[in-house]
Amino acid sequence: MTDVLAVADAKRGTVAGVSREVVTVARTLADRLGGSVDVAVPGASGAGLAGWGADRVLQFDTGDDGGGGPAPFAAALADHVGGHGYAAVLFAATATGRDLAPRVAAGLGVSLLTDCTAVEVADGAIVVTRPVFAGKALSRVRALATPVLLSIRPNVFPPRKEPREAAVRQMSISANRTPAGYRVVGFEASRGAALDVSEATIVVSGGRGMKGPEHWHLLAGLRDAIGETAALGASRAVVDAGWRPHAEQVGQTGKTVTPKLYFAIAISGAIQHLAGMRTSGVIVAVNRDPDAPIFGVADYGIVGDAFEVVPKLADAIRELRQD
Amino acid sequence: MNITVCVKRVPDTETRIRIAEDGRDIVADGVKYVLSPYDEFAIEAALQLTEEAGTGEVTLLSFGPEATKESLRSGLALGADRAVLLKGEPTVDGWATARVLASELAGGDAGLVLFGVKAVDDDQQQVGPMVAELLERPCATSVTAMEVGDGMVTCRRAAEGGQEVIEMDLPAVATLTKGKYEPRYASLRGIMMAKRKPLIEKEAPAVEPGLVVEGLEYPPPRPDGRIVGEGGEAVGELVRLLREEAKVL
Ligand SMILES: Cc1cc2nc3c(=O)[nH]c(=O)nc-3n(C[C@H](O)[C@H](O)[C@H](O)COP(=O)(O)OP(=O)(O)OC[C@H]3O[C@@H](n4cnc5c(N)ncnc54)[C@H](O)[C@@H]3O)c2cc1C
Ligand SMILES: Nc1ncnc2c1ncn2[C@@H]1O[C@H](COP(=O)(O)O)[C@@H](O)[C@H]1O
Repeated sequence: MTDVLAVADAKRGTVAGVSREVVTVARTLADRLGGSVDVAVPGASGAGLAGWGADRVLQFDTGDDGGGGPAPFAAALADHVGGHGYAAVLFAATATGRDLAPRVAAGLGVSLLTDCTAVEVADGAIVVTRPVFAGKALSRVRALATPVLLSIRPNVFPPRKEPREAAVRQMSISANRTPAGYRVVGFEASRGAALDVSEATIVVSGGRGMKGPEHWHLLAGLRDAIGETAALGASRAVVDAGWRPHAEQVGQTGKTVTPKLYFAIAISGAIQHLAGMRTSGVIVAVNRDPDAPIFGVADYGIVGDAFEVVPKLADAIRELRQD
Repeated sequence: MNITVCVKRVPDTETRIRIAEDGRDIVADGVKYVLSPYDEFAIEAALQLTEEAGTGEVTLLSFGPEATKESLRSGLALGADRAVLLKGEPTVDGWATARVLASELAGGDAGLVLFGVKAVDDDQQQVGPMVAELLERPCATSVTAMEVGDGMVTCRRAAEGGQEVIEMDLPAVATLTKGKYEPRYASLRGIMMAKRKPLIEKEAPAVEPGLVVEGLEYPPPRPDGRIVGEGGEAVGELVRLLREEAKVL
């Protein structure tokens, strides 16, 4: 049992960028164990993932445009994994992966380690590190049974190019395993949010100090200056006030983000907000209160009025881009 | 329709976490425990759905130590009708917890079993859908609003990039996140009544965990930050640092 299965993260037919990170971690593990890497993709895409170190791409035709929800793919994965003997099965800890992984684990009757920030092989066993208690501690955990099912936190493991000639194989889904009674009947795209805050490599978050939703164009201006890798985030105070949708909330009762750069603009830095962003690469805080707790975790801070600083910051970054 | 809500007792999010000497657990002394915040959304959803329907009972179910009774009483004070405590020590293994809870739920008459999307201690985000698989019921995760119709429930769920609308045949399972259901506060009357509501205690069935905690550590401290300057004048230097020192722009 040395092979590793990476489950691609695909939503609405498109393979998400985070899948490369999953394949990269699978490759690293398989190299340590001396096995090969399979990638499971719902639908007919995913051949490009061979570029990140996959030996085989398994295309699972769910046949129903995802209208049956995650259950058909989960059941097919459990069937496939049960018959193959993988050492590990890896998911992305995204909304899609979080919905899928526990169903596969239960289908197989094994435990699941979610949201891992480190994965290593120690004495032949896979040991993971995962943040617990809102990031106030890190837990090193080992699974007793195989396969080890785990999901990795997005943006933590840098994807590594490793082109291979991967074989592409079609996998069928046995209809009789499909639990009935679940139908996707609609989807409403959130307004304006092209990129989910949990997937962005740069996040511009605003807090209550922005004073009202009518000032969000300042933050949107900064995001636009940075470009399409950036997304907007918000503190809970902002979401509770109805200024921004909950999908943008960062923190314990919102999303956990790990961008390479996080801007906390007029956010005080309450423990529950830190829970969602403290593992970011670089944290920048702009706050007019020099004693705001956010400065305790920020790598760089500006003490000042967001209404003055943010437009200047957007201009400066735009200039930088033009050079 | 009766609804069961699975709730977990967890350290309050404000609590300082101290790692015990054996390095595998936290020091429970001095920790304030509460119901996991997402479970409060689930309780609120159950209360609103039964209130709208005008019928049906809300049962709280928890697997935890004796002290969980206190948290269950606080849930009863919000308006739940009865509570069941499966006494035992949950581990970090959500699959083990799921089997304990499913053993109790299997024979039950709940049309809906609700969960929080995650418990904020171990943050595993898995128990709800695992229980659903064990009970062979459909399960919608990250649900923000629900409406019960004839033999089915319509759920809105937070998906990447938007809201998905799901229909499920009853009986069904859902995990709740923040959305329509803002938790209410307990009224004085509610707190008084909670004392007389049934709280059934049973021993939890023994289930072997499949995960072993090798150790707990504090996260590495972030390198000391620095205040670049004050106001708009500091912007130039900040951008230079982000580009040349941190190399993120
Ligand atoms: C169970 C629970 C879960 C929670 N979950 C979350 C969560 O997921 N995410 C979250 O964010 N919070 C969460 N919270 C809430 C958290 O405790 C804080 O209340 C919240 O983060 C505060 O938001 P804020 O920083 O925007 O507002 P405030 O604390 O009001 O801070 C506003 C900041 O803006 C600064 N400011 C004001 N004007 C200006 C200006 N012109 N220019 C620059 N700076 C300015 C102020 O100095 C201040 O620091 C949770 C709380 C609980 C109890
Ligand atoms: N010990 C437990 N007792 C009752 N419900 C639980 C327990 N552990 C987890 N749950 C439920 O499962 C949800 C998700 O928990 P988790 O998968 O541990 O993040 C929680 O919000 C609860 O609704």
